[in-house]
Amino acid sequence: MEPELNFHRPDDKTLQVCLAGDWMLGNDIPSAARFSEKIGAASSVERVSFYTGDLGGWDTGLLTFLVRTIKECSPAGIAVDKTGLPPGVQRLLSLASAVPVAKGAKKEPARFSILERVGEWAESFWRGLLEMTAFTGEATVAFTRLITGRARFRRRDLLLTMQQCGAQALPIVSLISVLVGLILAFIGAIQLKLFGAQIYVASLVGIGMVRALAAIMTGVIMSGRTGASFAAQLGTMQVNEEIDALKTLGIPPMEFLVLPRMIALFLMMPLLSLYADLMGILGGFAIGVSMLGLNFTEYYNKTKESVRLDDFWIGLFSAAAFGVLVALAGCMRGMQCGRSASAVGEAATSAVVTSIVSIVVAMAVITVICHVLNI
Amino acid sequence: MGKPEPHIVVQDLTLAYGANIIQKDLSFTVNRGDIFIIMGGSGCGKSTLLRGMVGLQKPVRGRVLYNGISFWDTGEKERQRIMRNFGVLYQSGALWSSMTLAENVALPLEEHTRLSPDLISEIVSFKLSLTGLAGFEEYYPSELSGGMKKRAGLARAMALDPGILFFDEPSAGLDPVSARLMDRLILELRDSLGATVVIVTHELESIFAVGNNSVFLDAGTKTMIASGDPKILLERSGDPRVRDFLTRGEGAQAAR
Repeated sequence: MEPELNFHRPDDKTLQVCLAGDWMLGNDIPSAARFSEKIGAASSVERVSFYTGDLGGWDTGLLTFLVRTIKECSPAGIAVDKTGLPPGVQRLLSLASAVPVAKGAKKEPARFSILERVGEWAESFWRGLLEMTAFTGEATVAFTRLITGRARFRRRDLLLTMQQCGAQALPIVSLISVLVGLILAFIGAIQLKLFGAQIYVASLVGIGMVRALAAIMTGVIMSGRTGASFAAQLGTMQVNEEIDALKTLGIPPMEFLVLPRMIALFLMMPLLSLYADLMGILGGFAIGVSMLGLNFTEYYNKTKESVRLDDFWIGLFSAAAFGVLVALAGCMRGMQCGRSASAVGEAATSAVVTSIVSIVVAMAVITVICHVLNI
Repeated sequence: MGKPEPHIVVQDLTLAYGANIIQKDLSFTVNRGDIFIIMGGSGCGKSTLLRGMVGLQKPVRGRVLYNGISFWDTGEKERQRIMRNFGVLYQSGALWSSMTLAENVALPLEEHTRLSPDLISEIVSFKLSLTGLAGFEEYYPSELSGGMKKRAGLARAMALDPGILFFDEPSAGLDPVSARLMDRLILELRDSLGATVVIVTHELESIFAVGNNSVFLDAGTKTMIASGDPKILLERSGDPRVRDFLTRGEGAQAAR
């Protein structure tokens, strides 16, 4: 039965609200505005009562209607007589008003002007920089404790992390570096062929991979693969209060969680990068032999001749530096993570962004330094 | 209350994780308007039984009937319809952490009804005020205490005016006063909404305060060893395991 709303005036001062039919949410429940109109039109009402003799089913639909009518009455000083309502409704209404609205709990939706937002942004950027510096500092302190032999972490964690970010990354590193070598050789070949200097493809691929690209590509792979997983791991630990548990047990999370991850990446990245060197050169070699008609010894000798030992050192040094950066960014975002599911997602995203940006910046710095030092 | 009318009927239910049987041969009936307690020691499979009843874990054998319809044998559509009539309060609230309380309570309403946003926000405020959380609409779960999270979880469970409310350890982790308030709230809601309530708990005080029917699960034999009104079980049960549980192990000592 459709819900019905009628009004009745048993005497001058009383307005009786007659509710009939099924007041369920799915039905077309009369609007509380009709009640407001009625009460606005009749000025002499001092009391509101209810008649529910013909009321069928009811649920939250009726309750919200009643809450609104009661809200309408109280500021106007009109008494509400709830005795005409079904006992269940009365109980729920009194339950709902049993605990008053918590004082000061209500939050006002904040609205900011553009200027305020720019200020806010600048301030948070500055705070981010400070946090980053602080985190790096703490990591350095933990590292010195490690050197002096006082750092505490489980060796097993270190080995496990090394396995995860080292051996298990080999397939993806192989794929990417072979392809990068191929692409490099391919693009170089087209240009160098014009001069009949296709043999220099070997130098191009060799120096390019060994000095910079291998380290950069492994760095990018590791930031997406390992950095994000560090951030998600530590972030989830933060959400579950596992990091708090470490702190209260007197185990510094910096040593216990961050150090093994940092050391693992620091050790594994140069190895992965070395492996990427080889794979990249192999990729270039494939193009050289198949498309440029160079033979094996020719390509090998040219590569050997053009790639100096210094290039290797620079590549390995950069790789180690990138390893530290990726681990730092991942761990930092994880440790700074908020206490919700979406915060973990944000931490992982921001770990990847931070590490890729820092890899590129670091590469630029290293290149400039090498140029100045004439290496 | 009139003649008891079966609302949930469990027949020969066996629950297992892989080959590991948790509970077997469970049969009991929950009448409409009952406050039904699933009790037993830690690790006896109380929560697993609850998962089997609310549709989170398929039992290996047996049936769960809601108003005569077998939950696990009926089609997906019918199952969804039955589940929409459930309100479940999880042990730690299980609020969605990236949403405010208002959004948490509003989500089921937005998904399952075609009500206007204004009406939804009114319903949300009302449900929150029922659980004593008026004014906390814009708070995130991480800003609340454990008890408040539980009450917010209850507000969300009640969002769709469910006919059956399931509670997983409603008073665990609450202080005695809050636990008592929770019990009273459960009673109050049952009386005013006429809902059927199923509670998993091992808190004796709650069991005796609210329960009028129960089933006792035993971890050793992996099945139910008693059922009925907990107060009557306390007086009449001859099984020492049940007596021990209901008297905190003091019954056995007194008999000695």
